[in-house]
Amino acid sequence: MINKKVNNVQEALVGVKSGMTLMLGGFGLCGIPENAIAELVNLNVRGLTCISNNAGVDDFGLGLLLQNKQIKKMISSYVGENDEFERQMLSGELEVELTPQGTLAEKCRAAQAGFPAFYTPAGYGTEVAEGKETRAFNGKMYVLEPAFKADFAFVKAWKGDAAGNLVFKGTARNFNPNMCGAATITVVEVEELVEVGELDPNTIHVPGIFVQRIFQGTDYEKRIEQRTVRQKH
Amino acid sequence: MALDKNGIAKRIAQEVQNGFYVNLGIGIPTLVANYVREDIEVEFQSENGVLGMGPFPFEGDEDADIINAGKQTITTLPGASFFDSATSFAMIRGKHVDLTILGAMEVAENGDIANWKIPGKMVKGMGGAMDLVASAENIIVAMMHTNKRGESKILKQCSLPLTGVGCVTKIVTNLAVLEVKNKAFHLLERAPGVSVEDIKKATEGTLVVNGEIPEMNI
Repeated sequence: MINKKVNNVQEALVGVKSGMTLMLGGFGLCGIPENAIAELVNLNVRGLTCISNNAGVDDFGLGLLLQNKQIKKMISSYVGENDEFERQMLSGELEVELTPQGTLAEKCRAAQAGFPAFYTPAGYGTEVAEGKETRAFNGKMYVLEPAFKADFAFVKAWKGDAAGNLVFKGTARNFNPNMCGAATITVVEVEELVEVGELDPNTIHVPGIFVQRIFQGTDYEKRIEQRTVRQKH
Repeated sequence: MALDKNGIAKRIAQEVQNGFYVNLGIGIPTLVANYVREDIEVEFQSENGVLGMGPFPFEGDEDADIINAGKQTITTLPGASFFDSATSFAMIRGKHVDLTILGAMEVAENGDIANWKIPGKMVKGMGGAMDLVASAENIIVAMMHTNKRGESKILKQCSLPLTGVGCVTKIVTNLAVLEVKNKAFHLLERAPGVSVEDIKKATEGTLVVNGEIPEMNI
């Protein structure tokens, strides 16, 4: 067993520097690496390029880095829930590369899987395809999209072990597995770090080979963005 | 009378067939789930990684780890599955989803759709909409026929940045059901009490009216 375990978030983020490109898992606030984000605020690294489907809300998730003006550029598919984000973007303080959600996921997966680029139909004929190579296959047009290149990937899993094997819960899975191994260093925080051997190899979602560092996360808030319920009859 | 959002959802629900995997966008499309016939088997896919979505949870049962694409807390039904984002879009891009229902700001008579950006004003992003419209063969757009100022959103040409080109085939609005083909909107049905004349007035794009146009049956 190759041991990936580090003792805490401080050790996990050793080497993170200003100007780096970071991947962060999560969909909205679901499955975001809360501990890593808090530590990025702490480290006060600046000029970051962040690859994340969303940009958090004003006072949580990546919104915390935005408030602190640590982000130079965001690569996201949907940023609708964050007023500060919209303000910085419309004023030109923040560079934003809006990317179709499936393309965003595949750019992560391509980086993980060793593909330099891929063709997708998404965005053909729109401003997303401007300046990009296009090509017809079987009479339909596709856009060439390059894989991402990132320095760190910050991932949140439900359970994991020191070997780096991961299991996710519910829709908190989202982009997290696709970002594992898609950056130079993949850092995973887990709700529950279990003993090696405890996870059934049949049920592991991400094998440890894609993970460089793993640590037991603490104090998860797991904030709900839209609490929707139905009434009991 | 023009339909409200629930009326539009009710009419679209009639398009959902037994055995369909259906992707519902945010807004009016989400409401469609409430009106699908109970005697057919349908599975709802949410792009954030769930197939077999159920209703909202009862109070106290909300789980921060189980949400839909609108970030709302949801439940799952027996037979449901969770998956990562790349797998989710493999389902969409690979045409494994049978029906896609989404909202729009504008639709043009050539099937172009715009629903993600108002330059200088509103930039929320496209989310999964570009992947959906570029891949799905069966797309229904749920929208209001006109904006708040009464201007048509059913146009000759979209004025807003496009989400996809030539991809919309059917539209259900508060006034009408339209088929988009041969560079025109073909009027199929009227909302109850809405006249063909009303629909003509509210449609900027080319509207083809062939024979008697029936009222929607909802």
